[in-house]
Amino acid sequence: MTRELLWIFISSLLVNNFVLANFLGLCPFFGVSGKIDTAVRLGVATTFVMVVTSLCASFLNAFILPYAPYLRLISFILVIASTVQFVELAIKKLSPALFRALGIFLPLITTNCAILGLALFQTNKEYGMVQGIVFAFGAGGGFTLALLLMAGLREEAQLSTIPDVVRGTAMSLLMAGMLSLGFMGFAGLFSGGA
Amino acid sequence: MPPKKPLPPLSDEFIKGLWRENPVFVQVLGMCPTLAVTNSGINALAMGVATLFVLVGSSFLVSSLRAWIPKQVRISTYIVIIATFVTMADYTLQAVVPAVHKELGAFIALIVVNCVILGRQEAFAAKNTVVRSVVDAAGMGLGFTFALLCLGSLRELLGSGSLFGFSLFHFGPTSAYSFEPWVIMILPPGGFIMLGLLLLSFNAVAQWRTRRAAEVS
Repeated sequence: MTRELLWIFISSLLVNNFVLANFLGLCPFFGVSGKIDTAVRLGVATTFVMVVTSLCASFLNAFILPYAPYLRLISFILVIASTVQFVELAIKKLSPALFRALGIFLPLITTNCAILGLALFQTNKEYGMVQGIVFAFGAGGGFTLALLLMAGLREEAQLSTIPDVVRGTAMSLLMAGMLSLGFMGFAGLFSGGA
Repeated sequence: MPPKKPLPPLSDEFIKGLWRENPVFVQVLGMCPTLAVTNSGINALAMGVATLFVLVGSSFLVSSLRAWIPKQVRISTYIVIIATFVTMADYTLQAVVPAVHKELGAFIALIVVNCVILGRQEAFAAKNTVVRSVVDAAGMGLGFTFALLCLGSLRELLGSGSLFGFSLFHFGPTSAYSFEPWVIMILPPGGFIMLGLLLLSFNAVAQWRTRRAAEVS
């Protein structure tokens, strides 16, 4: 049991990293990875939304959706939208500075496909509540890790001499490609065990 | 209410989405589906068409309901409208092309959170007439499909040496022309790298053109 949970965690954190292996949550990945500080905070906020969503999704999956499977998408997105609204209010109250720093990307967590993706993957893999929460922590951690690595690279790149043609999105994409290449190395991590 | 400035012709609303304001190449929106499903031409086409359908449908509904949608809950309303159309597209694809549906997996459902669609509702459909919104959505959707097809066919060509499932470089098992596929292109890193290279070449062309224009004048 513990071994399985550990596997779920490591797999969503590294091997199937949401951003670099599954292409989920790319908008904030490219949008907010300018500074390490903001990147980490957005990562934590996203992880929190993920965990709450995962809880709600396993509740919906267990009690409501068996009777109305066609409502899955709509109910998931409503849950996510209300959780994000809640987090937004909480951050606004607790830390106005962070609220301003995150700006438009805070409400945009709603349309972060990593979160809806998490709820859908969890459903497809038939995870229970505990497995779902571990999965959410792993995925959120992986998202934060990718954001952090990217922010570090971009802070470094601002100080180096780079031809004008590459600057901007093209460079971010190429760097993400290299990172993704690196993360592919984790693929063999669990081939023997589990 | 008189319009503040003359509206551009209808054809212009259509064409701008195809190239000048292309959602992928120029606005860099909707990256997740763009990169995730473009490992083959067929997948890219299916994704593009599904997105086009959802975009046109929800633009039609949002623009015709725009007078009744309260401003405070507009985003949630748009999302629910979009989710309805995505559910329709999801079930249709599952019935018509089960193989492709299986390959695209959760990414069909994830059209809900494609920022191209929500972006068009907020930026265009909420402020314009039904006809203009539908034309705009069709242009944007086709532009998105076009970008996906470019990326998908390039990646498939380099990554598996085929195009839409037809092997191109294969002239018999011992042929000297046989082509060693770059497997990396159909794996995740290939998506990032290929789109990066495409944007890079567009930048280079744009820069070359401005430099030439400066030299001429």
